[in-house]
Amino acid sequence: MSGAQHERVPVLEVESLSRSFGGVRAVDRVSFTLFSSELLAMIGPNGAGKTTCFNMVNGQLRPDAGAVRLNGRSILGLPPRSIWRLGVGRTFQITATFASMTVRENVQMALVSHHRRSRALWRPARDHYFDEAMALLERVGMDRQYDRACGVLAYGDLKRVELAVALANEPGLLLMDEPTAGMAPRERMELMQLTTGIVRERNIGVLFTEHDMDVVFAHADRIMVLDRGQLISEGTPMAVRSDRKVQEIYLGGSAVHDGGPA
Amino acid sequence: MADFIVSLLTGLSSAAAMFLVASGLSIIFGVTRIVNFAHGSFYMLGAYIGYTLVQAIGSAAVGFWAAVLIAAVAVGAIGVVMEILLLRRIYRAPELFQLIATFGVILVIQDVTLWVWGSEDLVGPQAPGLKGAADILGKPIPEYDLALIAISPLVLVGLWALFKLTRWGTLVRAATQDRQMVAALGVNQRWLFTGVLFLGSALAGLGGAVQIPKGGADLLMDFNILAVAFVVVVVGGMGSVFGAFWAAVLFGILQTFGIQILPNSTLVLMFLVMAVVLIFRPWGLLGMPETLGQAHPGPPEQPLRPALPRVRILGGAATALLLALPVAHLVLPQLVGAFTLVLVIEIMVFVLFAAALHFIMGPGGMVSFGHAAYFGGGAYAAALLVKFADAPFELAFWAAPVGAALLAFLFGWFCVRLSGVYFAMLTLAFAQIAWAFVFQDMPGSVLRTFGIADEFGAPLKITGGDDGLNDIWPSAWAGTRIAYYYIAVGLSVAALWIMRRFLYAPFGYTLRAGRDSPLRAAAIGIDLTRHRWLAFALSGAFTGLAGALFLFSKGSVFPTTLEIARSFDALLMVLLGGVQSLFGPIFGAAALTWLNDLFSVLSYWRFLLGVTIIALVLLLPQGIVGFAGTRLGRRLRLARPEEITA
Ligand SMILES: Nc1ncnc2c1ncn2[C@@H]1O[C@H](COP(=O)(O)OP(=O)(O)OP(=O)(O)O)[C@@H](O)[C@H]1O
Ligand SMILES: [Mg+2]
Repeated sequence: MSGAQHERVPVLEVESLSRSFGGVRAVDRVSFTLFSSELLAMIGPNGAGKTTCFNMVNGQLRPDAGAVRLNGRSILGLPPRSIWRLGVGRTFQITATFASMTVRENVQMALVSHHRRSRALWRPARDHYFDEAMALLERVGMDRQYDRACGVLAYGDLKRVELAVALANEPGLLLMDEPTAGMAPRERMELMQLTTGIVRERNIGVLFTEHDMDVVFAHADRIMVLDRGQLISEGTPMAVRSDRKVQEIYLGGSAVHDGGPA
Repeated sequence: MADFIVSLLTGLSSAAAMFLVASGLSIIFGVTRIVNFAHGSFYMLGAYIGYTLVQAIGSAAVGFWAAVLIAAVAVGAIGVVMEILLLRRIYRAPELFQLIATFGVILVIQDVTLWVWGSEDLVGPQAPGLKGAADILGKPIPEYDLALIAISPLVLVGLWALFKLTRWGTLVRAATQDRQMVAALGVNQRWLFTGVLFLGSALAGLGGAVQIPKGGADLLMDFNILAVAFVVVVVGGMGSVFGAFWAAVLFGILQTFGIQILPNSTLVLMFLVMAVVLIFRPWGLLGMPETLGQAHPGPPEQPLRPALPRVRILGGAATALLLALPVAHLVLPQLVGAFTLVLVIEIMVFVLFAAALHFIMGPGGMVSFGHAAYFGGGAYAAALLVKFADAPFELAFWAAPVGAALLAFLFGWFCVRLSGVYFAMLTLAFAQIAWAFVFQDMPGSVLRTFGIADEFGAPLKITGGDDGLNDIWPSAWAGTRIAYYYIAVGLSVAALWIMRRFLYAPFGYTLRAGRDSPLRAAAIGIDLTRHRWLAFALSGAFTGLAGALFLFSKGSVFPTTLEIARSFDALLMVLLGGVQSLFGPIFGAAALTWLNDLFSVLSYWRFLLGVTIIALVLLLPQGIVGFAGTRLGRRLRLARPEEITA
């Protein structure tokens, strides 16, 4: 692990997390621990249960069973907005931004909420946390497009905006569901490079999913492999690459697709 | 026991028309996502056309039922005409815009019906072969009631077979369940929509035609059935035919027994039941989660920018003109008559009302169908304070916004938990309850149950029912026409400016955030329900202020200020002006109030208004303010150049 200057503190502990839809066990007794300053990849074919896992950790979905602890404290059953207040940033597989606002306003909204100013009625929103928003946008390389409406942005740029938004509350944990989906290969590497730099300097733990194996093996400190809801392998990129079960899934017919916008 | 069975059967027979109309509305909504306001008009047309046909060919049983069926098919064809000529051109307009178009159709059909069949109520002929009464447990039941009871299940089975067994039906079901699928249909979507409009309208026509022997035909049928049909559809679940059936049965029975317990409060009873159902099952009995207008989101709204210099200048000029008008009146009374001042006061009242509705509807995405509750509610709060506490004008006036805010705070707590059509319907339900409260003078009745009554034991007049509350005027200093003009214009301009500040502030942005992406809003820590609730109450306060200005300009207040029609007027103003712009409601309210005033002296003014509305919808699908975004508007520097999509 390259974040050796930091202590290995567990940020997120997931125990035996399960959830079924109808008869389908979308996530089946998944357990793992994520440490600060670590990039942990969760990979697996389409429908393996990755997004479902994210949604349970982030509070969008209630698990049937299991435990989720953030910095040692259970966050099970909390709504997404409370989980965010505990320092969890999220980017979505299908980007979720405010289409009728500019890039900067999207980040300003996150900052306004972080500072609990969302009920302010008088001073224009565009004057709130202007410089902070620009600093975040500069960090993700979107400062030049700050004044464009999110509704007209290219998909790759939206992903960057989401990253800036997710960083606005100084999170200790980032949940990134397919952060590079829909991007060109070079752009993917750039974005992950950027993410790695940010999380190392701020000591953030990252859980991410990704279908591009080049990206995964180049950036993940550790990899988990999910198949039909179950964790079938876990370890360093080297170890996972040589795991027979993993090779079977990825070479044996289970197609892997990019999860970008349809 | 026999009485009970007879009541039950009567209830079931009155469910028939409700089910037929509601199932049509539900099917149309399920596939096209259009809330078809004209559906009640189709029901009315079914009755009138059916009446004429029965007169012509309905002397024998075969002829009668043939007449009923032909009427249904004819109304179905009218639905198809509306789809092809009107709806097809505006499927891509911003959400809810289709609603105004169908509202225009209501007005046109009203006057066409009046012109063809006259204003007199038509008494329906009895159905040949079913004129007698059957004997059920020693009680007489009209045979025709039994026929009506049989019709609903027959139609239900027919619809079920159509949806289950035909390819077309499979498409309809798939489209109802999966929005994406409709978009993927491409060309076939057109014919699916046209077919659905035919089926839905024909069902409404059938509903109107079969009830001729019981109710005949009259010109109030359209609005009367519309409210009922909405309630049935919403309680059953939007898009669910079976839901509509069970809800219609439920309400049919409820009506018969309701009449026995609480005479002339059946509508309120229905809305009460609906409120309870929506609170516990927010998507109706058999419905699915739904948001309004998912199918046609329209172009995304532009970011809020500071007003362009030219727009500022125009705004300033308009304000200056408003302030100078009374001076012009004094100097040139021939040119600017007293009536102009009165009209401007009225326009400003409705501009404020529409802007307050837009406050939650545009930025918040909360489409209230019952905002008249806060307009009339505020006016009544002030009027009651004057009547019963002898409050001076200066105090009573402010009781309106405060009272309306409290009412909105109470109703809003329930409503803001829902979204889309269900939100709209619950707001409508609360508005109807508020309307019944003043219309039936419930406080007076309640006092009587505690033994407080007038010397003859009759309920005390509190809200005054139909007569309203009269003789409520401003203090002397504010009572002259010019003084009141300045009060009305000053307060409404100030209120508009304050609302604008709110919407440019983080609070307004937070509302828009929740509308754009509830998922993202929650993921950045925003408690949407709280913000929506607060916005609802604030909107109520501003609406109440409009109510106060209205009350003291007229000197009286009537239950009509809380009517559905009043709520729809406000909705129409916002949509017609352009829901995506803060200026929209201003233009919409001004235009509509002025047009209303202009046309009201003509005999077929509804027709003219309806045609004007439809023309506006077709020419300016972004609302009147959408003009700024046209090529001409941009050349005149009323809007910024278009942003290029990536
Ligand atoms: N809300 C839901 N209702 C029913 N089934 C669901 C729901 N959400 C997910 N599923 C099912 O659960 C399984 C896991 O889905 P999930 O979205 O978590 O997969 P994923 O690993 O994120 O796939 P992808 O790589 O395509 O994003 C799938 O079989 C999916 O169909
Ligand atoms: Mg996924």
